Amino acid sequence: MTFWITQLLNGVSFGMLLFLLAAGLSLIYGLMRILNLAHGSYYLLGAYVGLTVVRYTESFVYAAVAGTAVVTVLGILMERFFLRRFPKQALPQALLTFGFLFIIADLALWIWGGNPQTLPKPQVFAASIWVGNIVFPSYRLFVIAVGIIVGLGLWWLQEGTRLGAMIRAGVDDEEMARGTGVNVSLLSTAVFGLGAFLAALGGIMGGPFVGVYPGADFEILLLAFVVVIIGGLGSLKGAFFGGLLVGLLDNFGKALFPELALFTIFAPMAIILAVRPTGLFGRL
Amino acid sequence: MKTRILAIALAAAILLIVPTVLSAYQLSLLVKMLIFAIFAMSLDLILGFAGLPSLGHAAYFGAAAYTVSLLALRVVNNFWIDFPAGLLMAVGVSALFGLLALRTHESYFLMITLALAQVLWGIAFGWRSLTGGDDGLPGVPRPNLGLPWSLADRIPFYYFVLIFFALALVLLWIIAHSPFGRVLVGIRENEVRMKVLGYNVWLYKYVAFILAGLFAGLAGNLFAYYNGFVSPSYLSVLFSASGLLMVILGGAGTLFGPALGAGVIVYLENVISVYTERWLMILGVIYVLVTLFAPRGLVGLLRERFGSRLA
Repeated sequence: MTFWITQLLNGVSFGMLLFLLAAGLSLIYGLMRILNLAHGSYYLLGAYVGLTVVRYTESFVYAAVAGTAVVTVLGILMERFFLRRFPKQALPQALLTFGFLFIIADLALWIWGGNPQTLPKPQVFAASIWVGNIVFPSYRLFVIAVGIIVGLGLWWLQEGTRLGAMIRAGVDDEEMARGTGVNVSLLSTAVFGLGAFLAALGGIMGGPFVGVYPGADFEILLLAFVVVIIGGLGSLKGAFFGGLLVGLLDNFGKALFPELALFTIFAPMAIILAVRPTGLFGRL
Repeated sequence: MKTRILAIALAAAILLIVPTVLSAYQLSLLVKMLIFAIFAMSLDLILGFAGLPSLGHAAYFGAAAYTVSLLALRVVNNFWIDFPAGLLMAVGVSALFGLLALRTHESYFLMITLALAQVLWGIAFGWRSLTGGDDGLPGVPRPNLGLPWSLADRIPFYYFVLIFFALALVLLWIIAHSPFGRVLVGIRENEVRMKVLGYNVWLYKYVAFILAGLFAGLAGNLFAYYNGFVSPSYLSVLFSASGLLMVILGGAGTLFGPALGAGVIVYLENVISVYTERWLMILGVIYVLVTLFAPRGLVGLLRERFGSRLA
């Protein structure tokens, strides 16, 4: 029983982490039709910058602010100066962002070395909570809470604010949105920055339990891809439930069938793909 | 047209006589270029002609390379069994992956081909008892064809690979310029129109996908013999992406271009790796520069400069 509850908690918290990544990927794709292969690199960079800041300031909050700020600026620069030139062209986007994936990965290896590292947990969440004889690491609960809060915040942003209305208009019909006076260019940059911010936040949140190491960028990217393939690219709901599903599948897969770890994720993906090519909540 | 025939004749003549002048290392590099050229040309069939951006093309190369290596090491080192088995594996995998991937378009297609290829990478990486995990399979022997020359020697092996390269080039050229290939170009340019004209668009794409898998498998077979060693890195997305880079760098939809692109990338990797450990970063910069400044590739640049006579 303890095993199941612990694994469930681990799966859900990892799922929330994947949601942060997939939400950004999905938002960006939804508005701009850009598939960002360097999205996992934002995770990597966010965590590494956070790591350095924690070393000097011993503050998790400063680490989170610095890590997300650096990556948000990087994302905005990438959109403004590079990706903007290739609207709706899958191949140049892929090559360009893959190039950035390499550059950032090699730069990170150069600066932070090849050893796996973990971000220290914030002091408040260092302890565990005991319920009967079951241990809940409180940091995992914190990650789940952050995931839910971000999810609600994004949902409110999309459905309840003027900015969200403009984003939805841009997604539905970019030209009409432009025609009604929406500054789609600025909006695109803002959404790209938000996506990068969420991925970096994922890096900070995941830093203490997933860790950060060369190759984490690609592993996380791949899982985020599976999430959006299952949930549907461009759908916030899809990113949330897809993230939960993949987080649980990954965790139980690794715990129960370590040899088949990847299959427990990819088999459901293949099935959903065969039945619904645009994912559970996706639109064509 | 005349210039083109002359250029091809010249290139063929050079490829035929170079073993006499190149050092062992240079010849080995050239063999690698030829093998990767086959890989890049196979990708060009679906990417350049049919417009399908696959980010999982390493899957068919790697599946064939592992099949040949496993059979040669553990079952029997017989060219006439192992080689066709490798090709068959590549065809089987691409037939399976194609069923799933071709339900989608553009970015989805990219993600799904990537994810599917990653499954094979996961098997090669995780199933240690069969594949040796990340240590790979060392000591793959070269086949014995019963000829007077041993393929373990570098010059006969060079011609062995050259024959397959020429065969792949000619076959792919014929396929690409046949009515079938013209339909693929039509699908790339306007899929809906081709559908309206009555073509079974899905079937054309599916057949092209499998053919591309077959030729990628051919490259994988040759590579297993050439390298004597396979590892999961030849199933990885890094390798798939370098295939894309070779195609775009050379010029998508030209066949010769991707072959040239493969040569350039193999050459750069070997030369630059000598001077610096930062090859990955330089490769990243090459990706960015090619996308920004040479989207139609080297062949495109040549055409702009010399008109369409040359390339």
